[in-house]
Amino acid sequence: MTIQLAIAADALAKSYGSTRVLAGIDLAVDPGSVFALLGPNGAGKTTTVRILATLTEPDSGRARVAGHDVVAERHQVRRRISLTGQYAALDELQTGAENLTMMGRLRGLHSRTARLRAAELLTRFDLREAGGRRVATYSGGMRRRLDLAASLVADPEVIFLDEPTSGLDPRSRRALWDVVAGLKAAGVTVFLTTQYLDEADHLADRIAVLNNGRIVAEGSADELKRRLGSNRLELQFDDPAGYDAVTAALGARALAIDRASLCAGVATDGSAAEIRALLDELDPDGTRIARFELHGASLEDVFMSLTSEREITHA
Amino acid sequence: MPELALPPTVTRALRLSLRNIDGLTTALLLPVMMMLMFVYLFGGAITGALAHGTTYVDYVLPGVLLVCVGFGAGTTAVTVAHDLAGGIIDRFRSMDVRGEALVGGHVLASVLRNLISAGIVVGVGVAIGFRSPTGPGRWLAALGILALFVLALSWLAAAIGIVTRSPEAAQGITFLISFLPYPSSAFVPIHTMPSWLQGAARAQPVTAVTDAIRALLDGGPVGASGWHAVAWSLGIIAGSVALAGVLYRRRAR
Repeated sequence: MTIQLAIAADALAKSYGSTRVLAGIDLAVDPGSVFALLGPNGAGKTTTVRILATLTEPDSGRARVAGHDVVAERHQVRRRISLTGQYAALDELQTGAENLTMMGRLRGLHSRTARLRAAELLTRFDLREAGGRRVATYSGGMRRRLDLAASLVADPEVIFLDEPTSGLDPRSRRALWDVVAGLKAAGVTVFLTTQYLDEADHLADRIAVLNNGRIVAEGSADELKRRLGSNRLELQFDDPAGYDAVTAALGARALAIDRASLCAGVATDGSAAEIRALLDELDPDGTRIARFELHGASLEDVFMSLTSEREITHA
Repeated sequence: MPELALPPTVTRALRLSLRNIDGLTTALLLPVMMMLMFVYLFGGAITGALAHGTTYVDYVLPGVLLVCVGFGAGTTAVTVAHDLAGGIIDRFRSMDVRGEALVGGHVLASVLRNLISAGIVVGVGVAIGFRSPTGPGRWLAALGILALFVLALSWLAAAIGIVTRSPEAAQGITFLISFLPYPSSAFVPIHTMPSWLQGAARAQPVTAVTDAIRALLDGGPVGASGWHAVAWSLGIIAGSVALAGVLYRRRAR
């Protein structure tokens, strides 16, 4: 018997007017794992989250979250999930404690239980001191922590976090990463969207790269890095003419190109044979490339190559 | 200690009402200012047009009641629009909070807030000479008609908040609606208006409600105005609840 997936999406598509936001995406997320949907602005990340969190109906395709269909059984889904969107969903005029108690009551807890739960979450999210103050006085990082605390009042099975760290300073961002790690340790499935590669690399068991409404790659961070070559060959040029000729020859294969410093990269498996072949192909006369270095590929290389390919074919 | 277990959306709406300085100012200060302004600034000029022996404070009190609850309900449109424009509506929906509960909380808070405003209007009125010769039965009937109309205005405001979804637009529309008491019997007798306006002024809901409350408080015959007031309120409630329901489902997509 197979384990039931926490999230299973099949050919989800959504358009707004003539704009196709999602062009048919499939997702499979194991229970208790952290899944990152990675993509640039406008890739369709938020639409995906809204569909999975039952806020938007897909035009076609189906999705099941925590074992229930997001359209036909949306009420059952809603009892098992929580959503933290890009913008803090809190009442500015209520205190942190009042906001959390309200969320608990809305989730069906008795007032006393809701108050205890609020106090516990405030402590856990380092907001005990601020709990009695109105949210209007909170900093961005505090709001985000309270927002996340609010989504945990009722022990959801699946948590959706839409760009949880955008706009946060590095310290608050780290603190949030710790929270996600803690959720995973507690067995909760986390589905998050991000435009930050290091975030996906750091947090996620599996990553799907979304671009122009399509999933262009999916796998663990290591798998993705391997798929586009485990290494990056960095080429250094002495003159712009050589740089131009080689980047033209590389075309879409070029990674991390920088004309100002006359530097370009290309993915490779790192073997001597492939490096020799690459150098021969790109610089047959041995006059263009001045030096080269071999680096382990970063997820950023993968991301840039996957998303730039699409842009080129769309241009 | 046992506590009053209000539904969480109601607790929330009441708390937000109490902490919304603009709304609170409207609810508490406007009644005082309106009462004083009409009686002392306009009262002298208008008294001549009233039936012999009627004082303007007796005449205008029901009108001020209506204009104050109208402004007060306007705050509700802004609050509802604010909820729908912000991120909190997504969280509430993903938590399966029903739209009726969310909007109903605001409507209930609006009714309570406006009945307090109405109490202040009556308090100021009595302090500056308002007298009612009738008994508690008629007072209760007047309160009932006012409360029903406040409920109607609050639902209308909630529907406006849902239609506009932007606090600024909601404010604009309720501002226009808050002029409705002027071409009515609220402040001046209708027979003093230009003849082309009299028909519309007689037919509109504010006139029906004002006339009913005025008659109940001054001991005169209520006539058809009582039933008209109740019918108008029920009609506005039915229309607004239906509109709010349909639009909430469509807008909150």
